[in-house]
Order: sequence, then C-alpha cells, then structure tokens
Amino acid sequence: MLGCLLASGFAWAELEVEKEELKFGFIKLTDMAPLAVAYEKGFFEDEGLYVTLEAQANWKVLLDRVIDGELDGAHMLAGQPLGATIGYGTQAQVITAFSMDLNGNAITVSNDVWEQMKPHVPTMADGRPRHPIKADSLKPVVDKYLAEGKPFKMGMVFPVSTHNYELRYWLAAGGIHPGYYAPDKGDTSGHIKADALLSVTPPPQMPSTMEAGTIYGYCVGEPWNQQAVFKGIGVPVVTDYEIWKNNPEKVFGVSKAWADANPNTHIAVVKALIRAAQWLDAEDNKNRPEAVKILSRSEYVGADYEVIANSMTGTFEYEKGDKRAVPDFNVFFRHNATYPYYSDAIWYLTQMRRWGQIAEPKSDNWYLDVAKQVYRPDIYRAAVDSLIEEGKMRASDFPDLAREDGFRAPQIHFIDGITYDGTQPNAYLDQFTIGLKGDEVVQ
Amino acid sequence: MATKLITATQPLLPTAWLPKLAGLWSPERLNQGIRLLLVPLAAMALFLFIWHLGAPRIVTSLGQVPGPVAVWEQAGTLWQEHLAERDKEQAFYERQQVRNSKKLQKNPDAEVRIRPYTGKPTYIDQILTSLTTVFAGFGLASLVAIPMGILCGLNATVYRGLNPLIQIFKPVSPLAWLPIVTMVVSALYVSDDPLFSKSFVTSAITVMLCCMWPTLINTTVGVASIEQDLLNVSKVLRLNWWVHIYRVVLPSAIPMIFTGLRLSLGVGWMVLIAAEMLAQNPGLGKFVWDEFQNGSSHSLGRIMIAVITIGFIGYLLDRIMLQIQKAVSWDKSAILR
Repeated sequence: MLGCLLASGFAWAELEVEKEELKFGFIKLTDMAPLAVAYEKGFFEDEGLYVTLEAQANWKVLLDRVIDGELDGAHMLAGQPLGATIGYGTQAQVITAFSMDLNGNAITVSNDVWEQMKPHVPTMADGRPRHPIKADSLKPVVDKYLAEGKPFKMGMVFPVSTHNYELRYWLAAGGIHPGYYAPDKGDTSGHIKADALLSVTPPPQMPSTMEAGTIYGYCVGEPWNQQAVFKGIGVPVVTDYEIWKNNPEKVFGVSKAWADANPNTHIAVVKALIRAAQWLDAEDNKNRPEAVKILSRSEYVGADYEVIANSMTGTFEYEKGDKRAVPDFNVFFRHNATYPYYSDAIWYLTQMRRWGQIAEPKSDNWYLDVAKQVYRPDIYRAAVDSLIEEGKMRASDFPDLAREDGFRAPQIHFIDGITYDGTQPNAYLDQFTIGLKGDEVVQ
Repeated sequence: MATKLITATQPLLPTAWLPKLAGLWSPERLNQGIRLLLVPLAAMALFLFIWHLGAPRIVTSLGQVPGPVAVWEQAGTLWQEHLAERDKEQAFYERQQVRNSKKLQKNPDAEVRIRPYTGKPTYIDQILTSLTTVFAGFGLASLVAIPMGILCGLNATVYRGLNPLIQIFKPVSPLAWLPIVTMVVSALYVSDDPLFSKSFVTSAITVMLCCMWPTLINTTVGVASIEQDLLNVSKVLRLNWWVHIYRVVLPSAIPMIFTGLRLSLGVGWMVLIAAEMLAQNPGLGKFVWDEFQNGSSHSLGRIMIAVITIGFIGYLLDRIMLQIQKAVSWDKSAILR
C-alpha cells in the first residue's frame, strides 16, 4: 500500500499532467468497462486525474463532442477515428493509443425470422443447432422476402461501426449482399445492390425496434443481445467471436489537437486504462462479478445484473435455455487486447473500401499511412514503460514491445475461412466474392 | 401602496385567522372540509387502485409496467443512492486532502486545488439542475419579453412589425430550436474557464426561446388596453416617457404580465424536459433518457417517479406563480385558478 502511494507520488513528479479535470464520454455497452473500472478502482486518481464519465445519446453525438472539445476523450467505435481522419462522415483528426477490448458483439434475429431459419440450420446429435450458424441458413428467408417484394431490414449501430462490418461480413459470407455505399454520389445509406437493407439504430433501442417490427435482426454489443433473449423477443444466432476469433473492438479515442496539447495527460489516461483492463481479466476473470456489479449501476450500463453477467462472465445464451460457454466473449487484456495494432486499423479500412465507403482504389501504402496517423502505439508504449518503471505492472504482462512491428500474425479464424494479412490489404480484398476490390467502383 | 401592503399582510395577523380556526368545527365547515379534502383523496385512491390493477397486465420490451408499490420502492432506492453518493463524495474530498498534503510535503510551493466531485449526479441533483435551468431560461425570457411587450403595446407600428415574427416563432418546438442553439452556443460560447457549462447555456436558451411568447403577447395586450382615462391623465401631467412607463403603464399592465409569466413558466418547464432528453443535458430529462436506455427491470419504475416529480414540480411552480398573480392583481373578485 505504502509502496503504491509512494510510486504514485513519484508519478506526479515524473509526469506533470497538463489537465487534471477530464470528461470522458461512453455509450451504454459492457465494453465501456475499462473506463468504469479505472474510475471506481481509483486508477485515474492514482495518475492524478479527476475524471467524470458521461453517457452519450448515440455514437454521432459522442464523436462530435470529442471533436469540438466538450469531451476530452471517449469510448469509440474503432471505425470512428479512422472514418473521421479519412473524412468519411465528419472530417477531423482523431487518434487512439488504446484498444479497449476484443469481441463482445453478436447478431440477433427476431423470433419469427429464427423460426424460418431453423429448418436450414444444421443440428448436433442432441438436436441443438450446430454453431457457428452461417448466413447460409438465413439466405432462403431473405430470398423469400425478396420474392414477396419485401425488403429484408436489419439494424446496426453506426455506418463505420464494427457491427456494420461484422454484419456485412457474416451476410456476405452466406451469399447475402448487404449493399454498397457511394459517398462520391451522395449515397450514404449503403443500400446499393442490397439484398438486406441495413440501417442505423442506437444500441439500447435495438430490442424495442425489433419488437416493433421495424427491423428483423441486428448486430450490436452486449448487453443488447442477451436482453433480447431475456425479454423473449429474439434469438442471437452468431457471436462476433465466431465470425472472427478475437477481433478488435472499441478504442479509446481523443482528438489529435487534444493529444498534442496534453501529451502527459494522454499517457496518464492510457496507464489507468491499461491497469483497468488487466484488472478485468486478472486470474481467469475472477474480478468479473465485481465488474458486472459496477456496470449494472444506472450511471454506467444500467441493465440488470443477470443480463450483463451472461456475457461478461464467459457464457452466452443463444436460444432461451441454450447457454454455452464462450470464455473469451469479452476480452479486455489477454491476447494483447489493449495494444493498438496497425493491422487492426487496416482491417477496418479494408472493410470501408470493400463496401464503398472508400470509393476509390487505394494502395497498400495508403492503408498503412492512415493506420499510422490514427493508431499510436508510441503513446501506448510510453504508458507501459511508465507503468513498469513505477512497479504498477510487470514487463512479463506485455509482449516484447520493443520488437513489436504493429502487425498481428495473419488471422485465419474467419467464418468464411479467408486469411487476413494486414500487410497486404489489397490482396486480402481480392479474396472476397462480394465486395469491391482492385479498381472497382460502385456504378 | 400602503393600503395594499396591509391587505397583503392581513391574513398573517392573529385577528384574521383565530376566528377562522374557531369556526373550523362548525357543521358547514366540516361539510366543506369533506368536499375539499375527501373528494380529491378518494379520486386519488381510485386512481392508484386502477393503476395497481392495470399495471401488471401491460408487458413491454422493458418489462412489466410497475404498479404504485414498485414505484414507491424505487423512490426509496433513489433516495438511498443519493445518500450513498454523498458518502462517496465525502471520501473523494478526503482522498484529495491526503493527496494534496502529500504533494505539499514533497514540494511546499506546489499549487494544490480541490477539484469538484466527479461522481454521478443523483436524482436530487438532477431535480435541482432542472429547476436552476428552468428559472434561468424563464428569467432570460422575461427580461426579453416584458420590455418587448411594452414596446409592442405602446406603439402600434412596432407591434405590426414584430407580430409576424412572433406568430412564426411562437409555435416552434424545442426539438427544432435545440440543434440551432447547440451549434450557435458551441461556436460563440468559448472560454477556458466558463462560468456556466455549455449544456446549461444551451438548455436555458432553448427554454427561453420557447417560453417567452405568452409573456410577450400578454404584456402587449395588457399595455395596449390601458384605460384611456389613465393615458389622458399622463398626458395632462406631461409625464416624461420613463415616468409614464413606471407610474402608469406598468402598474395597470402588471396583472396581464403575470398571467403571461405564469403561462410562460408552465411552457418552460415542459420544454426543458424535452430539451434535456434530446440534448442529454443534465437534469430530469437526462435521467429519464438514461433510464430508458438502461433497459433494466427497474427502469420503468424510475421513469415513473420522474414523471410524477415533473408533474408535481410543474404544479408547484404554477401554484407559486398563481399566488404572485393573485397578489398583484387589482381585481380581487376575479376567480383565478
């Protein structure tokens, strides 16, 4: 205890933070956990930071507030800093030095759609569906809707959200075209050539929107898939862990202007967040029940304890009663979850290109350049060095950062069996049947 | 003025209320008491009973609609949360004290400050925020509307010029004003150490834009309908403009002005909640929106408490304004309700 106090006392002398009072925004989702934990466990205060956490209405408001300086930083969709920097949607320089988690999303369909899908879903010996369920089983349903002249409508949370890309990935892997964007032609709805119409719905409203019949399914983070199960209004069919094992999820984003003006503060924030992430995953998730308790408070996620606990403690309930173990459903620290890999950024950029949000063909170098502008492992490393120096964490908690080149080993665990190598974005895009590649543009 | 003062203070003198107290137990009094007290109570009880029976039958995606008992329990929880947060606040300040003294020990010249508490605002805090905001917005609206109304009432040309604008802006909803106000405030209200937070300024201005119209219109009418005799007197005495306003116009227009103010405050309170919900500005509106987003099984109960609180505060505000209106109204025989 005394050592800890001394060490943090030392930190003030070492790192003079430029701004002590900070306000961070978040969206009511379980993966905001590192922020809540860093606050509640006093990690922010250890760094001499007085942080206020504030729930935001939706992703657009959150991004705008970070850009105009009302918020110092926020829990963000990985696509937001990238999209803002390349000028898709809002144009502004937003950077990230901390990746908040891996996995954590799922795709849910309404009870009605599930009943229609079920005959096409392969089963195991005990009669339960065999996972992962591919969109192949949804295709006959979508075809039926299309034949009847009814558009098949689904929800995602934001045009540059992980959820949009995951839903599109899953649909396309099953032969359902999710549609192209054509921003140069003024089309930002993403419905060109679409078999399934994807629209934006804020996460907490997903279950009620689906119940109202406005959408037939959605891709969203927790607890809004489990909520649908608890309320009996839908069935999660696939988790993003099954679409791409250990896929990067949210990031902690700040505006570049803020980061330039407050470099030490930025490092201090990342230090607190790294400790929070480690606490969340420590000793086989032994702290998760406590984390769930924090998250279920009304000022954070606010959903019921049982609903949040399902995914956070490593299980996931598909059809009501069909509860299965997914120990890595939410990863905050293991598998270097917190490191801002360039290859993660590049994957998001490839998806923006695949669906036409980036209208023009880009060179492999362009992808890397953008990734380097937005993802800042240098700040992350400064934070880690400082944590190790102060004895708050051990060097063995991290991979050898000095030898880290920012690229994960080629990823092979995709639902369609395609390999992703971050150093070859254009070659990666060439492997898909559905989606833009090479010099193609949306006509 | 002196006689008026006496009438205002009269009910406070013992001579005024002692006989009343004695007469309280007469049969007619009792009868009246029953009507005044028992009928509303019975209506309230009937309402609660119907609510109690009806609520469990409605099941929504957020869960069952809570009955009066569940809502009452949530009110208790909110109060407990308020107390718990206050404890946390105290601990927060104590930690800062320790931190600061350590910092000073290390370096006696170090600059230390006590930072305001960073925890969540409790339900009570949200109520106070909303009240402050509505009074700020209402105050601003009155500052603009009363002088403008007087001008419009005095001068028919000004009135004709402004009337189209008034008629066009009057029906605009806060939801339409908010995006514009937000943008203008974030562009213009730039300061390193702002006195008020941006969200407060945005909410207050939105309230002002929506609630100034009843005051403006009533003031105009009040000023325009001053008795010709009074105006003639003013002319004969050759009162200068300011004295004319101060001695003649204002006193006779005041009852109407207060009718307008009372309407304005009601509108302002209603508008504020909508503005807070949409802009996520602190206050009761944000509380409702956050709870809706939480989707917990307690959310509906907590939203209902907010609804009741909003209604109750709206009622109280109206009563306060009514009392003021009664006090300033010349015509004591008019029934105001």
